[in-house]
Amino acid sequence: MTEDPYPDYMRESINKVEKTRDKRAKETIDHCSPDEITDVLDKFHPDFIKEQKTKLRFGVSKGEVVPLEVAKVVETKSVLDPKAIDLNKIDFEVDVLVVGGGGAGANAALWAMKSGVKPENILIVTKLRMGDSNTTMAQGGIQAAVRKVDNPAIHYLDAFGGGHYENDPPLVRRLVKDAPLVLKWYEELGMMFDKFDDGTMDAIHGGGTSKKRMHFARDFSGLEIMRTLRDVVFNSGIKVLEFSPAVELIKDDKGQIAGAVLLNLDNKEYFVVRAKTTVLTTGGFGRLHIQGFATSNHYGATFDGCIMGYRAGVPLKLMKSVQYHPTGAAFPEQIVGLLVTEKVRGKGAQVVNKDGNQFCFPLETRDVEASLLIRECISKNNGLITPTGQRGLWLDSPIVDLIHGEGTIEKNFAAMIQQFGRFGIDITQDPMLVFPTLHYQNGGLAINENSETKIPNLYAAGEVCGGTHGSNRLMGNSLLEISVFGRVAGISAAKKVGKVTLGKLTLAHVGQYNALCDEHKVKNPPSPILFPDYTEPKHKGRVLPTDFLA
Amino acid sequence: MATEIKHEMVKIIVANTEFEVPSNLTIMKALEYLGWRLDRGVGCRGGFCGACSTIYRLQGDHRLYTGLACATKVEKGMLIAQIPISPANKKQYNIEALKAEPSTMLEFYPEIARCISCNTCTKACPMDIEVMDYVQAALRGDIADAAQISFDCIMCGLCATRCPAEISQFNVGILARRLYGRYIAPKYKQIEKRVKEVEKGTYDAEIDKMMKADKNAIAKLYNARVREED
Repeated sequence: MTEDPYPDYMRESINKVEKTRDKRAKETIDHCSPDEITDVLDKFHPDFIKEQKTKLRFGVSKGEVVPLEVAKVVETKSVLDPKAIDLNKIDFEVDVLVVGGGGAGANAALWAMKSGVKPENILIVTKLRMGDSNTTMAQGGIQAAVRKVDNPAIHYLDAFGGGHYENDPPLVRRLVKDAPLVLKWYEELGMMFDKFDDGTMDAIHGGGTSKKRMHFARDFSGLEIMRTLRDVVFNSGIKVLEFSPAVELIKDDKGQIAGAVLLNLDNKEYFVVRAKTTVLTTGGFGRLHIQGFATSNHYGATFDGCIMGYRAGVPLKLMKSVQYHPTGAAFPEQIVGLLVTEKVRGKGAQVVNKDGNQFCFPLETRDVEASLLIRECISKNNGLITPTGQRGLWLDSPIVDLIHGEGTIEKNFAAMIQQFGRFGIDITQDPMLVFPTLHYQNGGLAINENSETKIPNLYAAGEVCGGTHGSNRLMGNSLLEISVFGRVAGISAAKKVGKVTLGKLTLAHVGQYNALCDEHKVKNPPSPILFPDYTEPKHKGRVLPTDFLA
Repeated sequence: MATEIKHEMVKIIVANTEFEVPSNLTIMKALEYLGWRLDRGVGCRGGFCGACSTIYRLQGDHRLYTGLACATKVEKGMLIAQIPISPANKKQYNIEALKAEPSTMLEFYPEIARCISCNTCTKACPMDIEVMDYVQAALRGDIADAAQISFDCIMCGLCATRCPAEISQFNVGILARRLYGRYIAPKYKQIEKRVKEVEKGTYDAEIDKMMKADKNAIAKLYNARVREED
């Protein structure tokens, strides 16, 4: 017999969860009232801990409230010494430079091409491999109001209310109106969304939706989108430069964006890209581990695009707001922080405490649900603590088979089964221990509904932007965002290309930002950091500098 | 209740050099424990992206194992090497110009006919996909089967690394899935109707009204929503 992956005290608690399962299968917990929502967010959501926030002291968004971890990478000098870069030698000359190889970047490049830019005049640069992104990791699905009982106006209300009315209305309008169109395109590209025999795409609820509009490809929705887009990019003739992150944007003497300086990770050489238009699609900041939270994010999610954009003069907005996904894995230690898709709750799984009792409606919006879990664990002390000190509550997955029939979990959650199965946990039989995990950057660079930033020739799309989701994003609206705004950015950039005349290239804005840092006597390490540092303390400070970086 | 667990140290051999690491770590975390700040062979760290393909042998065992560094625990005496990229020649195609015919798969990837049914690809797959079965499905022109069986593929390339017939299975899989999704799966008809409605501006007035509403008015609308039954 194989060893029980759960220690004895956790197994005892699981026994209690099993005892209440039949009763709970018929039990419904009420939604929180608007007052209860305000109360639980105020008392338990990490965003409301004032000591964890600070105001930016300089730059275009001086005074913006940001997490301490964000201030640390924004209020600091560039890794690049602008004087050391020779901008006269151009390594790549393109019409459209896309910085970031995830879903938004692939969309931007492909739609720029579809809008008339020749593929050889489009360059995608990315820090790791093409497709290495949070898009790949998104399991749950993509929202689009397609069903007859639903429509984009209802989608608008769900997204706007779910975002606590802090969303930028024109961005939400764009998001919901273009949703059917991008989903249709994805279908034409050959993506395999779950469908009924008549072709109708299956749709379920996500937290905070009033209609079932989450479309999905088993529990590999993002992977299916990304691997297909990547296939289209690789078929297109668009140039892709991997392992070559951008480290700063380049401007010209008229104040327009004119490309970027890249770092070749192989030989640590820099490349100068001159581009008529530049699209930032670098994703979010999960790997900054805001407030020490574990994260569901990709290794490359280090806020680079926001930092480059900010130094170039693009405002940051809604940075106060961070999304903690209610259900990240809390056990086993090897996968702490890994996302357990909301779709599991969409299919009926409940969150229960150590005694096997439900304590909240399972599909509140993410910020409310996460706060309810934190309250149950920390204030009510009804959670468990793992051998490595992680707090957690049970996500009762076996109840899904009890409600929908045996085999439902296997059919719908192959990825989840595998991820826990690798460590001996069978989620069709046993619940998963979960706790909120740092999931999404709600804020980011300010754009308008054409994905334009306020700096000429610079566009942005995806998680790097702020405003679309207000202070709380709904499930399924991020795969939608990378699709809608990636597309819009590509189209906008393509329209601009013919009108751009670039002047003399300069990195003066980086020099000026560095001077501001001196003025404010900042002591933070330079940024963008490009990768998180998970090495042991004993290794730190012992690495010899071998490249041009400061 | 929470007790600090001291993990025993195990010896692992990375690129022919011996190291000691705590036994509870994944291969990826073990490399970081050794002071490597990774910029190769690392990606989502959650088993979705296929960036951290790894081959290894275990002490006293002649077999060569495959796994994802982010999802495989270190073991005593493990000999480890990473394969961050799987070299493969992807065929160029425009999906709109293809036909989902039984011969399409062979036309693009004739090497699937070299499959000797050894099942090494299946054994190498960290996603437990029946890789050989989908290669065989592709070979007999059953695109739907090839698409369905290969669905969980993260394109890490470990199958291709081990294949004695030198097939790049993961490229075969994505072609099958795209052909299936575009030509074989039934179309979602309602989506075309909805796109046309949106283009005609059917929902513009309602959205514009909400965009102009003050916060109280919109909050009232939001709180009055009725959630569709599951």
